[in-house]
Amino acid sequence: MIGTLLLQTLALAIPYVLAALGGVFSERGGVINIALEGMLLTGAFFAALGAHAGGTTLGLVAAVGASAALAGLHGLLCVRFRADHVAAGLGINLLASGLTRFLLMACFDSASNSPMLPGMGQGVLASPMLWGTIILVALSHVALARTPFGLRLRAAGEHPQAAHSLGVPVDRVKICGVIASGALAGLGGAFLALDNHQFTAEMSAGRGYIALAAVIFGKWRPVPVAAACLLFAFADALQIELQAVLSGYKQFVQILPYALTLAVLAGFIGRSRPPAALGAR
Amino acid sequence: MRRSLALLVILVVIDVVLLFPGGREARSRDRSAAGARAPARVGLVFDVGGRGDRSFNDAAYAGMVRAERELGIEAELIEPGEGADRESAIRIFAARGFDLVIGVGFIFSNDLTLLAREYPRVHFACIDYAPPMRDGRPLPIPKNLVGLKFREEEGSFLVGAVAGLVSRSKVVGFVGGMDMPLIHKFEAGYRAGVGRVCPSCRVVVQYAGSTPAAFKDPVKGAALAVSQVGQGADVIFHASGSTGLGVMRVARDRHIRAIGVDADQFEDGLHPGSTTRSAVITSMVKRVDVVVYETIRAVIERTFRGGVRVFGLREHGVDYVHDSSHGRDIPAHVVRRVEELRASVIAGRIRVPEAP
Repeated sequence: MIGTLLLQTLALAIPYVLAALGGVFSERGGVINIALEGMLLTGAFFAALGAHAGGTTLGLVAAVGASAALAGLHGLLCVRFRADHVAAGLGINLLASGLTRFLLMACFDSASNSPMLPGMGQGVLASPMLWGTIILVALSHVALARTPFGLRLRAAGEHPQAAHSLGVPVDRVKICGVIASGALAGLGGAFLALDNHQFTAEMSAGRGYIALAAVIFGKWRPVPVAAACLLFAFADALQIELQAVLSGYKQFVQILPYALTLAVLAGFIGRSRPPAALGAR
Repeated sequence: MRRSLALLVILVVIDVVLLFPGGREARSRDRSAAGARAPARVGLVFDVGGRGDRSFNDAAYAGMVRAERELGIEAELIEPGEGADRESAIRIFAARGFDLVIGVGFIFSNDLTLLAREYPRVHFACIDYAPPMRDGRPLPIPKNLVGLKFREEEGSFLVGAVAGLVSRSKVVGFVGGMDMPLIHKFEAGYRAGVGRVCPSCRVVVQYAGSTPAAFKDPVKGAALAVSQVGQGADVIFHASGSTGLGVMRVARDRHIRAIGVDADQFEDGLHPGSTTRSAVITSMVKRVDVVVYETIRAVIERTFRGGVRVFGLREHGVDYVHDSSHGRDIPAHVVRRVEELRASVIAGRIRVPEAP
């Protein structure tokens, strides 16, 4: 049972971690990204489309590409056209929901799911995406903390005027951050579809929002954010296992992930300070 | 600022267009060729998911296609998208003087109850009708509206018996979608069916969540199934929409059996590269097609009666897949036993509970 619990935690954590890493890149550059949900969904659909047409590799490429393009639109709206970040993000989520449904009908003639797809090995430990995700967490940490791009991105998110006066092309850096977030969230979506060997409508099921909570909980830093995602995934997995054991206390067990989130956010992490210019237009 | 506004307007327009993926579709053919007026004009409004869901909506569609073919009716359909205005979809048909307007899904109950009063000469039907409540009391159902309900617990009772009889581990699973009374009916019937044929069997019950998203999360469904396999389950019945597709996937990978719901889900459980080997041993089917067809016929033959009608085993409203090639993995002695149980339920010797 402990073994199942840990394996389930890893499998449930992968989409959270990838989407949340995306959220870190976007928000450290000062762009609020509630569009993670739509990017996950878009990634999942295009992963299915690519995998159906030419195997899993093509699926991954298509997922990253399509989701990054959608993120580019979000970046353009927020940064170039100074739209409200939350409103634009909501629009992107609605667009993703309608677009995937429309394309599902157009490409696969079904309103609910794609045909069966080639997958990526059985079990989470055999999935190359587990190791890919771990590497991406490390790379994200290095990229943000140690590279010129990371420094510029953080400057754009903390004090865009100062960054601008030092010659940083603020708008372009911010949009790059948002596009990176789309690429990462798209990969998370690809995991949803490929691990399940199928795309189904609305399969992101709110994971983008949970990922966003993990970004805040992890104080906008890649490694703590990944740890937060692991905690959320663990709560999910624990809830599933406990439902069967404590069948008399079903309702109580089902609130566990939410109660845990509240408790952690309220009590244990201390002050979580967002980038100073987050959401600025 | 103005440019951003223009861009947002464009985005909203695209959104709205995409919210109506199917749009309206006229399905009347050769109206002039036949010369005579069709015996009835019928409008069908789908639930979210729409045509192509290989389940509920497709079954309603099949019933209407059969009525077109056999009764010569004239039919039109509307597929409202998520968040689209369902009430106006019904009103479009009612205002044009259709003979019968069918809403596919409990979500239409409220709108249909109100519109039936507004258009007393139009007949209305609502699948899975749940009477709308005002001040804690259910609203009376208008005379020109028929609420069509199913005894899901009776069909679930039969597949529960199948599960109890084919399980070798004596542990069987149930995966529910959203934790709510409608799904509790499936759980209750299933539990009763398992208990009737195998009192020593354990039923592991887990739900995917407490919001409607729990019906659309195959990844969660797979996690639930993995957990149940870990507890020894070798047959899993799901009542969880597309969440159940994750259950099927795990059933394939782990070589256990799954039981489908609403429609015959044999094809969703097919092993890779095979067209005959499926993890789905049977499915609990709701005959929405039969009910839609019979309602249309009642309107034509002027035998339509309003009120709530309930379809159980006796009315052939629910059933389990066993007499086609998709049910041939069920051993003959199991089918015999389950058919005995069916007869007992129909005769009233067994009462299947609606709540666990």
